[in-house]
Amino acid sequence: MLLEKDPWNLVITGVGGQGNVLASQILGQILVDKGYLVTIGETYGASQRGGSVMSHLRVSTRDQFSPIIPEGQADLVIGLEPIEVLRVMTQYGNPGTMALINLRPVHPIEVIAGESRYPEVEEVLLKIKRLSSRIWILNATEIALDMGDPIFSNMVMLGALSALSLLPVDQEGFCSAAQKLMGSHRMQDNLLAFQKGKMAIKEYKNG
Amino acid sequence: MSLIKTDAPGRRLLLMGNEAMARGALEAGVEVCAAYPGNPSSEIIGCLSQVAEEMGIYVEWSVNEKVALEVAAAASLAGLRGLAAMKQNGLNVASDFLLNLNLTGTKGGLVVVVCDDPSALSSSNEEDSRAFARLADLPLLEPSGFQEAKEMTKWAFELSEELGLPCLIRSVTRVSHARGNVELGELPTQRRRAHFDTSKPILPVPVVWAHRLLHQKLAKCRDRFHGSGFNQYRGPQRPELLILTSGAGFMYSLEAVSNLGLGDRVGIAKLGTTWPLPETFLKEQLARSQKVLFVEEVDPFMESNVKGFAAQNQTQLGPKIFLGKSSGTIPDIGELTPDHLIKVLRELFDVRYQPRPQAYIQEAMEAASHLAPPRTLGFCAGCPHRATYWAVKKALALDGREGFVLGDIGCYSLGMGPAGFFQMKTLHAMGSGAGLANGFGQLGRFGLDQPVLAVCGDSTFYHAAIPALVNAKYNGSSFLMLILDNRATAMTGFQPHPGTGRTAMGETVDPIDIEGLCRALGVQVKSVDPFDLDSTVEVLTDFLRQEKGVRVLVLKQECALVRGKRQGRLFKIRVDQDRCLGLQCGCNRLCTRVFRCPGLVWDSTSGKATVDDAICTGCGVCATICPASAILKEAV
Repeated sequence: MLLEKDPWNLVITGVGGQGNVLASQILGQILVDKGYLVTIGETYGASQRGGSVMSHLRVSTRDQFSPIIPEGQADLVIGLEPIEVLRVMTQYGNPGTMALINLRPVHPIEVIAGESRYPEVEEVLLKIKRLSSRIWILNATEIALDMGDPIFSNMVMLGALSALSLLPVDQEGFCSAAQKLMGSHRMQDNLLAFQKGKMAIKEYKNG
Repeated sequence: MSLIKTDAPGRRLLLMGNEAMARGALEAGVEVCAAYPGNPSSEIIGCLSQVAEEMGIYVEWSVNEKVALEVAAAASLAGLRGLAAMKQNGLNVASDFLLNLNLTGTKGGLVVVVCDDPSALSSSNEEDSRAFARLADLPLLEPSGFQEAKEMTKWAFELSEELGLPCLIRSVTRVSHARGNVELGELPTQRRRAHFDTSKPILPVPVVWAHRLLHQKLAKCRDRFHGSGFNQYRGPQRPELLILTSGAGFMYSLEAVSNLGLGDRVGIAKLGTTWPLPETFLKEQLARSQKVLFVEEVDPFMESNVKGFAAQNQTQLGPKIFLGKSSGTIPDIGELTPDHLIKVLRELFDVRYQPRPQAYIQEAMEAASHLAPPRTLGFCAGCPHRATYWAVKKALALDGREGFVLGDIGCYSLGMGPAGFFQMKTLHAMGSGAGLANGFGQLGRFGLDQPVLAVCGDSTFYHAAIPALVNAKYNGSSFLMLILDNRATAMTGFQPHPGTGRTAMGETVDPIDIEGLCRALGVQVKSVDPFDLDSTVEVLTDFLRQEKGVRVLVLKQECALVRGKRQGRLFKIRVDQDRCLGLQCGCNRLCTRVFRCPGLVWDSTSGKATVDDAICTGCGVCATICPASAILKEAV
């Protein structure tokens, strides 16, 4: 399948511990299985949890690209956390960038300590809407918590991505790649999370 | 699950650079692999350990990098193929042995992979380990991508065997910790038999003779580099500018040249074999252009070497304009990015490039500065280190003599910042907290009247703190050693160590007991559970009062992530909203403002604390510290 733009650049962003790396790895493997050239770069502060993290995913039919996306060249930002999307836009966004956002905030320690304020999520969404061409939202963490473990939220997000038809991500590809990387252990739960994400996504309309 | 054992030649997989190198070693028929974990190198041995049994190889997590290299070298001396992997700091530890092994030479292929961390994304320095190749007169290869990382590793074993020398591979974070397509090759079907030739000893003496032999081997290596496919040129026959690059710099250069549309004006020569210099290849490339730009991370290693080479050959090559780190064209600190290269080339060629409107950048920056508060690193929810530093802070305050903690490398290094209440005061190499404490602990005779504490984790204890402790006991240094035993090498990905009771290959073994070992040294040792704050403070206070000799306190509590995976939460935590005093709390929100566990959230609407169920791991320490007893822990 040809891509609308080559390379097609995707950023998955969130907070350490949300399963950012695994999500990008599964997505990457799905695309490699479909014959694409994929490069993934993990940019992170350090190995601990709690800091901002992101993965750069570059999909191409013609070349193996570098693991760092150049300024302003993200085509889609998947945010496991809302304010992290905004942070990514400063470096990689452009007016054509799209965004898929998990609505549940993870409060930075500074916010918990009362040194800074976490904004209203609606305010963040409005701003992201202004900075992008289309945005989609869902509460992946809530869905995962309903399933009994917040760990599934990354798979919920991949399910949501599959509903957008921006990349050739389907249930079959997901199962095959996820099985390769995680084994059959908990496969059923992860697939359920994927399916729930596919159902839950909705386009965000202004205001 | 590790994909690297996939026996399907020609199949394309998405592999991390580290996995690609591990696969290359498997394809080369490696038999023995050893490492001490350290990012960005950890996954090389990590994924090999998962397939060890099936592939019939031996893999270990060694106690430190010097031992890891010695283990791999033993395999080589017995005619097998050995691999040692480490991060840049680790090569410092291993270098003592490496700079003797180069003189004695090796037999079976021996490959040392060193993963550097430009910009120190997960390191205490951004050391360029390539200097060791020159220092030790050893061949050095630098992969620029994922397929190449695999092929190069495979070839490094051949080269090492042919030369009788260890071969170094230098990777960087963006190769090691990035993923890309890798096409698999054949896996070997036969194993070698180990045999050590006892006819003559293996010694670096006579040193001068051995040194000359080493130089001869290196000269032979230079010949082998001639015509190597790892050195490539892309671009016009006579470019206006020649980029000379290696490693990740090659990917960035390609991207920048293509983005700016300079493909017919700029040529890119990539060195995969960076030491000794591939002279014939270099001569051909340098003849292409009068203007040369060096693109490499972090030090001007290639730049200095090539300039020396060009000076030596100036009658043939003519005058050159060299641009790079020395000219200030390329930054001499930090990692490079495609954007660095785009900026440099845009200025050199005066071309227009506008990736997005200026107004957009301004709006995004303003939005982020107003709406996206910074997110600094902290300890995980339920991390025992938070409790430990809390107790240390309290005990030192009670003691009142301005005691201080000398630190070390591990998750607990965050003790330098707000997460550890600013308790840790020094940070250098593995084991250096204990080492420094040896010195500080002798300064009483010069008037130092502050209590001295040192901190290290369990893995660090085995790696480098034991000799420091022996030294302290024997020489009568006075300090309190805190061993933060969380039963894991947590920072690098939970690799087993001598305290965990299992090996890299999954065998169950007798753990080496930290307390027993300390007791055998004759030092006073106690253990506490840091989650039991009151007892911890009490023992700390007691130990601080004793002013002479070395004392050891082991703070035992499992890493929250390991525990979470194994058994889930210890307690269900909730905040009784009626009892929570909010801002009226006597300690001004001790739980969130000071203790700062990410599992607690301040609800600004109600003005009270709550628990974030998606994050809390249920350690229950916050229940102990809440002055109003509003935080409740219930059995799960």
